[in-house]
Amino acid sequence: MSTMTIAKAINEGLRATLAKDPKSFLMGEDIGSLGGVYRVTEGLKKEFGAHRVMDTPLAESGIVGTAIGMALRGHRPICEIQFDGFVFPAFNQITTQLAKIHTRSDGQLSAPVVIRIPYGGGIGSIEHHSESPEALFAHTPGLRIITPSNANDAYWMIQQAVECKDPVIFFEPKRRYWLKGEVDTENSPGDPFKAHVLREGSDATLVAYGPLVPVALAAANAAAEDGHSVEVIDLRSISPIDFDTVEASVNKTGRLVVAHEAPTFGGIGGEIASRISERCFYSLEAPAIRVGGFHMPYPVARVEEHYLPDIDRMLEALDRAFAY
Amino acid sequence: MGAAQTAANSSTSPDVPGNAPQARQRPLPGTSAGVLQENAVGPQEAVQLLDEHGNAHHDDTFSPFVDGLDAETLRGFYRDMAVVRRFDAEATALQRQGELALWVPVVGQEAAQIGSGRAMNPADYAFPTYREHGVALTRGLELSNLLKLFRGISNGGWDPRECNFHLYTLVLAAQTPHAVGYAMGIQRDLAADPATEPAAVVAYFGDGSSSEGDVHESMVFAASYNAPVVFFCQNNNWAISVPFEVQSKIPLVNRAAGYGIPGIRVDGNDVLAVYAVTQWALEHARNGHGPVLIEASTYRVGAHTTADDPTKYRMMAEEEAWKAKDPLQRLETHLRAQNLADDAFFEQVTADGNELAARVRSETLAMGGADIRQKFATVYSEAHPLVAEELAWFERYEASFADAEPQNPGGAA
Repeated sequence: MSTMTIAKAINEGLRATLAKDPKSFLMGEDIGSLGGVYRVTEGLKKEFGAHRVMDTPLAESGIVGTAIGMALRGHRPICEIQFDGFVFPAFNQITTQLAKIHTRSDGQLSAPVVIRIPYGGGIGSIEHHSESPEALFAHTPGLRIITPSNANDAYWMIQQAVECKDPVIFFEPKRRYWLKGEVDTENSPGDPFKAHVLREGSDATLVAYGPLVPVALAAANAAAEDGHSVEVIDLRSISPIDFDTVEASVNKTGRLVVAHEAPTFGGIGGEIASRISERCFYSLEAPAIRVGGFHMPYPVARVEEHYLPDIDRMLEALDRAFAY
Repeated sequence: MGAAQTAANSSTSPDVPGNAPQARQRPLPGTSAGVLQENAVGPQEAVQLLDEHGNAHHDDTFSPFVDGLDAETLRGFYRDMAVVRRFDAEATALQRQGELALWVPVVGQEAAQIGSGRAMNPADYAFPTYREHGVALTRGLELSNLLKLFRGISNGGWDPRECNFHLYTLVLAAQTPHAVGYAMGIQRDLAADPATEPAAVVAYFGDGSSSEGDVHESMVFAASYNAPVVFFCQNNNWAISVPFEVQSKIPLVNRAAGYGIPGIRVDGNDVLAVYAVTQWALEHARNGHGPVLIEASTYRVGAHTTADDPTKYRMMAEEEAWKAKDPLQRLETHLRAQNLADDAFFEQVTADGNELAARVRSETLAMGGADIRQKFATVYSEAHPLVAEELAWFERYEASFADAEPQNPGGAA
């Protein structure tokens, strides 16, 4: 057990992967000597060499496209996209090529490419640096999408992403990079595609992932002061979604609130609400309620506090659920 | 005053933004290259070892790659080109008869494909577009496999590792970074194990897709990492209905200079020249000298696809002029003049082509249907709960029709 930040935990997870899998390597913009704009890959080039930690040309489609080719040759590329809003030049390669190569080859080829993307807002940054595009990728069959919310998951899930035979997009909650937590480097938390119940409760289920998990836990604490017992689930995997864990919880609590930073319209929350309404119709005391971003491009930093779901927005949603 | 200047003086000047050059005002073939050279950054005479009349020409750099070829190899080039042309005609017929949803004719580009494909070693790897039927033949692919895509049975159709011939890619230029990445993978394998067989990769693309950003990014990556990849552009002059001049104001080969890599322009209808320059480029790449760009000037004699109608956008005279440069005819003339092939050979090639066409037809008609369960099974490599759930629902749904007529959800033939 040791205490480290999420950024350091990802760094250690990558270090462990590079050490144990000689076919693995990192590629991305500024990840070598600089160690990435968030220093997540700091020290890795010095330790493993420039061929294992490649500074690439500034071309996102080229990064993912060449990664696909290297994966087809049997290598294990771990790509970094510098910011969420800069993944779109690679969107074609990810959705039309990477996601489909296994089925297009009738199961004969695999392209186990990992794409790391820092995502989400709350850092007071400029345009294109605060977005949450996970639903766009979750809508694409063939991709897996996971996101850690704590240091221990960060350490393990990045390694599990590389070990997976399918392409995995690894969304990193950038405003939580410096959140510290205990990391158990001996014992894996298990299946990265399973949700975790972080706090048990009996009155409502609050589902969140990535950067909003600490907010959800704080909201549950506040709700407890008002006499409401709220169960908090960290989804961990956005594709596939562990509906079984959510279903079991909602069958117990009868109420569901789902929170994410991305706009609610067409988002992951809507998918969970729909599936759970089908599975838990007779258990539900209230409609599933979503808490998320508004239907607007991610706003300027001076107003992002009004855009991002916070403790009060989650409590307001829980109050609406309790009102039924 | 040249034809191009005439066009510039017309009411539809190419200088007006958004006003593409009009097909009917294009210079006739044979003059366009000269016009383009006014903007060229260097001498870009196409390498030609066999002209359209079948006369051999010498080139100090490239002739050595073909001078030692024996008669059987030369006859093999002809046979490959003729057989692919016959295969192409059969596939077109199958489409017209409703057996294929679409077909992509290759007629006119046989020399570019056979010449480049035959230059490759077995350990080399090709990343095709969707028109590389001739390359497929040279890689040893059973050609009926190509038709599975067009018959709606598979979005692939073969195991690319068996012939080192990747699946067709329909999203223009998306395969070019894959080729570069694969080449970078070869570099890594060589570094890790010097016993790895040196190999190079050929990235096929066309004049249309040369405008795609992926081609640019691929060349940047390939140049930066010195990847063993040959960018083989078949400039067939037409991107569906849009003439080459809309894609580029200069010969594409000149772009090589911008990436700091060698560029070679070759007569794409001259199988010997294509073979020679591709050999040169592959050796260059395999020997660790990095990528090469080849621009093979050729012509899409047929339609873009069986859904296309070239009479709406180009002149018959242009097509006829290019037919006079036919890749098969010039090699036949050469083989006969050199007494390297006789009537019996050409009759045998015709018979071989007919036999292949008949076999492809029967194999195509016998392909059967597809199975949606196989599609469920191949979305992911590892187990996936949503796919499993939807498959289970689908099986229950299908089972609910058990009392009705037997159903085949895959639509077997």
